[in-house]
Amino acid sequence: MNGSRRTSSVVGNGVATGLLWISPWVVGFAVFMLVPIVMAAYFSLCEFDGLRRPVYIGFDNFRTMLSDPTFWKVLKNTTIYAAFSLPLGAVLAILFAIALNAPIPGRTLWRALIFVPTLVPMVATAMIWMWVFNADYGLLNAVLSWPCSLFGCRPPSWLQDAHWTMPAMIILSLWPIGHPVVIYLAGLQDVPTVLYEAARIDGANAWQRLWNVTLPLISPTIFYNIVMGIIFVWQVFAIPQIMLRGGGPQQNVYFFSMYLYDVAFTFQRFGYACTLSWVQLLIILSFTAFAFQLSRRVVHYQGGTP
Amino acid sequence: MTWNAACSWLRAGLMALVSVLWIAPLVWMVATSFKPQDEVTTGEFRLLPDEPSRMAQFGYENYYAGREHFVGADGIERAGYEGVLTSDNVHFILYLRNTLIVALLGVSGMVISSAIAAYGFSRVQWPGRNTVFMCVLATTMIPFPAIMIPSYFLFKSFGWIGTLAPLWVPALFGNAFNIFLLRQFFMQIPNELSEAARIDGLSHWGIFWRIILPLSRPALVVVALFHTMFVWNDFLGPLIYLNHQETFTLALGLQFYQAQHGGTPWNLLMAACTLVALPLLVLFVLSQRTFIEGIASTGIKG
Repeated sequence: MNGSRRTSSVVGNGVATGLLWISPWVVGFAVFMLVPIVMAAYFSLCEFDGLRRPVYIGFDNFRTMLSDPTFWKVLKNTTIYAAFSLPLGAVLAILFAIALNAPIPGRTLWRALIFVPTLVPMVATAMIWMWVFNADYGLLNAVLSWPCSLFGCRPPSWLQDAHWTMPAMIILSLWPIGHPVVIYLAGLQDVPTVLYEAARIDGANAWQRLWNVTLPLISPTIFYNIVMGIIFVWQVFAIPQIMLRGGGPQQNVYFFSMYLYDVAFTFQRFGYACTLSWVQLLIILSFTAFAFQLSRRVVHYQGGTP
Repeated sequence: MTWNAACSWLRAGLMALVSVLWIAPLVWMVATSFKPQDEVTTGEFRLLPDEPSRMAQFGYENYYAGREHFVGADGIERAGYEGVLTSDNVHFILYLRNTLIVALLGVSGMVISSAIAAYGFSRVQWPGRNTVFMCVLATTMIPFPAIMIPSYFLFKSFGWIGTLAPLWVPALFGNAFNIFLLRQFFMQIPNELSEAARIDGLSHWGIFWRIILPLSRPALVVVALFHTMFVWNDFLGPLIYLNHQETFTLALGLQFYQAQHGGTPWNLLMAACTLVALPLLVLFVLSQRTFIEGIASTGIKG
């Protein structure tokens, strides 16, 4: 960046001009984010039913939370969901991207087909998969019935069986994988082919090339996708809410945002809901901060750190 | 055939299999939407209805006209049903109109104001710019559930609950992710262009309007597409802010339709899903390149 040269030649600069240009965003941020976050912080210390004025009760809501079994349940569910869907999604997306980056016949078509599910609105996704997962007439069990009959077992009743609701949600989370695949593909295209040739001359096999050339060079992309994944996975709402409102059998897929929604808009306990929302915010922030810490050691930026 | 060629065909075969697997639910959705109700739950796995020649008729019935009472394949007479678009208490055309209003107002506001902020973060030099930009980026981490409850009361005090306003007014102020995207693009435009314009007497606003914006059309289209996707997808926002069905968006309307039917007439539900998903799929086909390149550009660090 040759910032100093630019500064001297462009007039009308300075903090005032800069702030003027970003002022629309600043106003929007203040009104639609900062004010709500501060309000949430205050409500989280209140008893608030949405009708009468909020009553300050100190940290009672936090105490309620710690002894609320449903809170622990949704925390556990969301953690399990995140712990499976994030790594599985990352590995699968990288594999697909590598496969689709190679010059194979029909590449454009396969890319498009994998990407299309990301365009389906989530409400429709939820309904399509309720139908796919349908125990008696669904597509998945129609396909599974053949291998299952070979081994003499029955295909699972995905959405009615407490053991299978979580696997169903994790499988479903992999469907819109086209989005990260496209981002990984872009990352792979930035890897200079010279490096692969050099590695080949040095006698590196395919596995070594993947481990020592490809992965380090796309590590910034991996990092980006993981951070985005952390932020989104903790907010998962629409799909489980429509498929299994209240979390299905034994509440095994009752996720954090679903509980938050219910506490607020079903039980009208807005104060307690704000406590939960602050906890959710802190969880996302700390996981992201942790990822950033880790990235300092693992992520490799071409041309130094940004 | 050489070893390499065989290998690449093998990989193509594998990818073909995976692609078919990934697209199968959508094929299943469309296939179901062209079946008569009594054939949906026979337990046999079939893509086409028993009488494939009548698919057009079944489709017409499911999507539009509905059906008078009929005699099923098992000889039992069943009650008829309403088609998706003509059902009495669910109005998809109205929901489409509402979604289009939110999308149109939101997209134009989002594109313009994100571009303005991105200009301030890329083409205007000011001390502290990068620090402030980092703060902007940090706001992408704030989850919507964290602010939805106070937002609800805030909008309630504005008198906006039950109107479409909460769904598009915040978009008029831009958003961090799109600002990031446009900033990346603006920074790649050679500085000589704005300097030349400056010498010709253009102000910042003139440079922005006459040089930067016209040169950034692809990036602006990407932002527009992203926001359209967001509006089409958004479920939690409409669920909280909209309380009567004259104002429902497609996402909420679809869920309302499912709730009304108790989730069993799969042919109708899949027809409704197809209708809701179709506009985005068409949009994608029309703008495939821009779309893919746009998403690809989000992952590259500036």
